[in-house]
Amino acid sequence: MHVTRGFKGKRRTDATDRARLPPGQYLTPEFPVLTAGPTIHTPLDRWKLALQNGGSLVATWTWAEFEALPQTDLQTDIHCVTQWSKFDTRWRGVTIDDIFRAADLAVPPTGYLMAHCDGGYTTNLLVSDLIDGRAMIATHYDGLPLLPSHGGPARLLLPHLYFWKSAKWVRRLAFRDKDDPGFWESRGYHLRGDPWREQRYHGDP
Amino acid sequence: MDQTIATIPWLLATAVAIRNETATVKTFTFDVPDWPGHLAGQHVDLRLTAEDGYVAQRSYSIASASGTGSHIDLTIDLVADGEVSEFLHNELRIGDRIELRGPIGGYFTWSPRQDNGLLLLAGGSGIVPLMSILRTRALVKSERLARLLYSSRSADRIIYREGLEALAALPNGVILTHTVTRGAPPGWKGERSRIGRVMLTRREFTPAGHPDVFVCGPAAFVETVAGHLAAMGHPEDKVRTERFGPTGE
Repeated sequence: MHVTRGFKGKRRTDATDRARLPPGQYLTPEFPVLTAGPTIHTPLDRWKLALQNGGSLVATWTWAEFEALPQTDLQTDIHCVTQWSKFDTRWRGVTIDDIFRAADLAVPPTGYLMAHCDGGYTTNLLVSDLIDGRAMIATHYDGLPLLPSHGGPARLLLPHLYFWKSAKWVRRLAFRDKDDPGFWESRGYHLRGDPWREQRYHGDP
Repeated sequence: MDQTIATIPWLLATAVAIRNETATVKTFTFDVPDWPGHLAGQHVDLRLTAEDGYVAQRSYSIASASGTGSHIDLTIDLVADGEVSEFLHNELRIGDRIELRGPIGGYFTWSPRQDNGLLLLAGGSGIVPLMSILRTRALVKSERLARLLYSSRSADRIIYREGLEALAALPNGVILTHTVTRGAPPGWKGERSRIGRVMLTRREFTPAGHPDVFVCGPAAFVETVAGHLAAMGHPEDKVRTERFGPTGE
């Protein structure tokens, strides 16, 4: 660590907020949009969510079927690898626990999963990061249907990991035998991405 | 996955030149002795540390050409109430040292080894990573077509104005179009409105020839422009985007 001559830091947050900010993050009231390509607009009548194990289909839901699953509200802080964090964001959606339950999956078949999205985006996930109420597929933000630019109609939400893991426009969750890297993970970003351990890039602890 | 891969280390970087680009934009040249080299379009994370250990960290695009030299340029917009940009603009002097690590980012990148022709669209300080692409392209004397459409609020806010003209004047130089959205000065020859479908067609930002497309700027700019490009038939996987703020810094 090198002390920067003359740097005092004028945007310090108070102690309460600081305890909620992972290392290297700063607080923003905005909700920045970061996507590798154009925003995807998927009509609801063409939307389906699929759960796969290897090559075989475990379950699918149409939009109407998905909306009929139990709905959960979640208020949470989110942390982007580009250093902004936003507190107290409000989401509604279906927890991964409820999705597995609806698919009659008492025990997940493997420990790894790849999320596939419209537009070709993928991200790799540990099943342990998705269950026990830690993750959902969100369809509403701040009381309104999720905008396409923020991942609507439906995005993953795993707020305890950097936000690139909360994949926009998710359509397919596929169990895998191992933790193969997804889109950003194969381009220099960390396989898991825990903000509290500052796992931003390959090789970070 | 290879778990033994090295960490991207924090490097000490010394400011060796600071120059004004516009009233609110400066370019900082840093000497980074162990710089591993970068691709055009990549960025760095920059870290400032106060005496009591308080740390502020931000990401900035690299403006200089791809290469393995030890100098990199960062062009940075002064953000209202931004603690890092304000420090760099108002406090940093030549000879001062800061920490940075990189290069970061493996998608919004361009290499002359896969030159399929380029369509570049910039809004405001979104020009920075695209300038790295254009400088790299000039360095290798690319003969493939490249077009840049650069949207600024006004003519005095155009970053790299002379540098871009010099790149346009080279053999096979970039075909440059400026547009200003809040009033043009007398004698203005560029476009005078926000980028729309008609302007994109008129300036030949079409999918013909399967060019690689890079769009960089404020989120709303990228959202609109990338939407037009998709509607014109550019395949999603050929349109790479990078959205800036507004993030309060």
